[in-house]
Amino acid sequence: MKIKDTLENYVFVLPAVAIFSIFYVIPFIWVFQLGLFEWDGISFTKVFVGLGNFKEIFLQDVNWWRAMWNASYITLIALTFQNILAFMLAWACDREIKMKNFYRVIFFIPPVLSEVVVGMAWRFIINDIDGANIINRTLIGMGLTNFAHNWLSDPKTALTTVAIVHCWKGFGWGFLIFLAGLQTIPRELYEAARVDGASAWQSFRKITLPLMIPVMVLVAILTVLGTMQVFVLIVSLVGGEFAGHTSVPVLRILASMRGSSRFGYACAQGITFGMILIIISFIQYRFSKKGQ
Amino acid sequence: MKNAIYYKSKKIAVNTLIHLLLISVAITCLYPLLWMISSSLKSQEMIFKDISLIPHQFRLENYILAWKEGGFGRNFFNSIIYTVAVVFGIVMISSMAAYAFSRLRFFGSKFLFIMFMAAMMIPIPGSFVALYVLLNKLHLRNTPIGYILCMINVGLSTSIFLLKTFFDKMPKELEDAARIDGCSKIGLWFHVALPLSKPVLAVVVVFNALAVWNEYILALIIFDNRQFMPLQVALQTFQGEFVTNYPLLMAGLTITALPIIIVYLFMQKYIIKGVTQGAIVG
Repeated sequence: MKIKDTLENYVFVLPAVAIFSIFYVIPFIWVFQLGLFEWDGISFTKVFVGLGNFKEIFLQDVNWWRAMWNASYITLIALTFQNILAFMLAWACDREIKMKNFYRVIFFIPPVLSEVVVGMAWRFIINDIDGANIINRTLIGMGLTNFAHNWLSDPKTALTTVAIVHCWKGFGWGFLIFLAGLQTIPRELYEAARVDGASAWQSFRKITLPLMIPVMVLVAILTVLGTMQVFVLIVSLVGGEFAGHTSVPVLRILASMRGSSRFGYACAQGITFGMILIIISFIQYRFSKKGQ
Repeated sequence: MKNAIYYKSKKIAVNTLIHLLLISVAITCLYPLLWMISSSLKSQEMIFKDISLIPHQFRLENYILAWKEGGFGRNFFNSIIYTVAVVFGIVMISSMAAYAFSRLRFFGSKFLFIMFMAAMMIPIPGSFVALYVLLNKLHLRNTPIGYILCMINVGLSTSIFLLKTFFDKMPKELEDAARIDGCSKIGLWFHVALPLSKPVLAVVVVFNALAVWNEYILALIIFDNRQFMPLQVALQTFQGEFVTNYPLLMAGLTITALPIIIVYLFMQKYIIKGVTQGAIVG
């Protein structure tokens, strides 16, 4: 009776554990194994190269580090521009204001759309088609003909353009979290500060900012994790599967796998990238603990 | 008196500025989407000439063309099937597991739960490479069932976490009463716990549905045949084949985006709740 009872308990977790073991645990282990081999994905023999793949990543793979730099650049813009904008908007909405809910609903539309839709729709708006390029049309209309150009194929502007579209898609999500955080601050604190004669700026600096630090750290960590791994948006915005000079790490992994059929190398790149992400989040986390 | 007027007008000025800021951002959010919809209703020549948001004539036949000849009808149907199947699978499997983790005692339960939670935290960007190899070995690549199983796995951890947190807070009295009436464990889960967890189930359903509908990378590596592809990947294929047919592409984008926007507008309460809950938990 007791045994049957216990077995019954395992039945509850069996489907979840089975799917998880097959589709998460096994690939997880394989990534680490394959990272040590040179393998084209088809042949029966894999060549053991030890840490050779990693050596190649760190010492020779210029494209990889170029892609890392690109992703870092986009992340930096997302951390500053996107999150400051999100915070400002949340702060503006955190008061008795009309149409608050309307703004909240609208701002979260871009985050629920897929990156493919966002990328293609924006590509259509800013790519070099004469009539449809609204940005260029506006610039020409304002007499700034020199500034109108092909934003996505010019290497100087491509990455920033990608970053701005990424911010357009992502700010609403930071906005929601910031707004939720702001609303947990007790109103009495602001009342008390006002009674004591504090200006709006003072109460913002002395009450809002310190209480919002944990939320900001959370948003910062999630922004870094999300933005560093961006790639679908770039594929659909810039076009071409590996996106040339706007390439990012995930695209390099995809390129190693599908482009040059180096499955082992792709896994090694994945491990390297995963480690870098974990280290960055850990540093951010420690940094925030120290700050408090 | 003068003071009161001063403060009042200052407040109005500040509020106007705030509204101006918020409205300009809201327009920036909506404009590309309206432009996309508007372009999907224009003809190929008009797209280059007519830059007004409201087209002079509505060419609805673009949608029929995209649906039939562009093949988006088939892919739309695929996306629906995948979304429904995956969400149903996740709800059943993760609520069962979450119920066990919350209510039942068995050896290894803590370890298993921690394993699921660890999976939620650790990013493995290269996992799709190994997943591709695995699916090839299991002969599940280029099959809908392979994709559905992978996607169920993607949503499991977070859903188990959300549901377990909810079950932990749920009072046990109702289950006790049902147990005394002779209800089995499976019955307790299905007839008592599951109906009571409707608020959190809504969050689980909406978030996973959005995730499956918008998913790209797994669909890209799993499917070779366009007949199995969901919309997101089919759009890429379509763009590759008909680079210049913008009205049709925009119609395809609208077909892809509209269901999500509609679901979002109806379920925004749960989506906002989910995002903010996730934030507070984290």
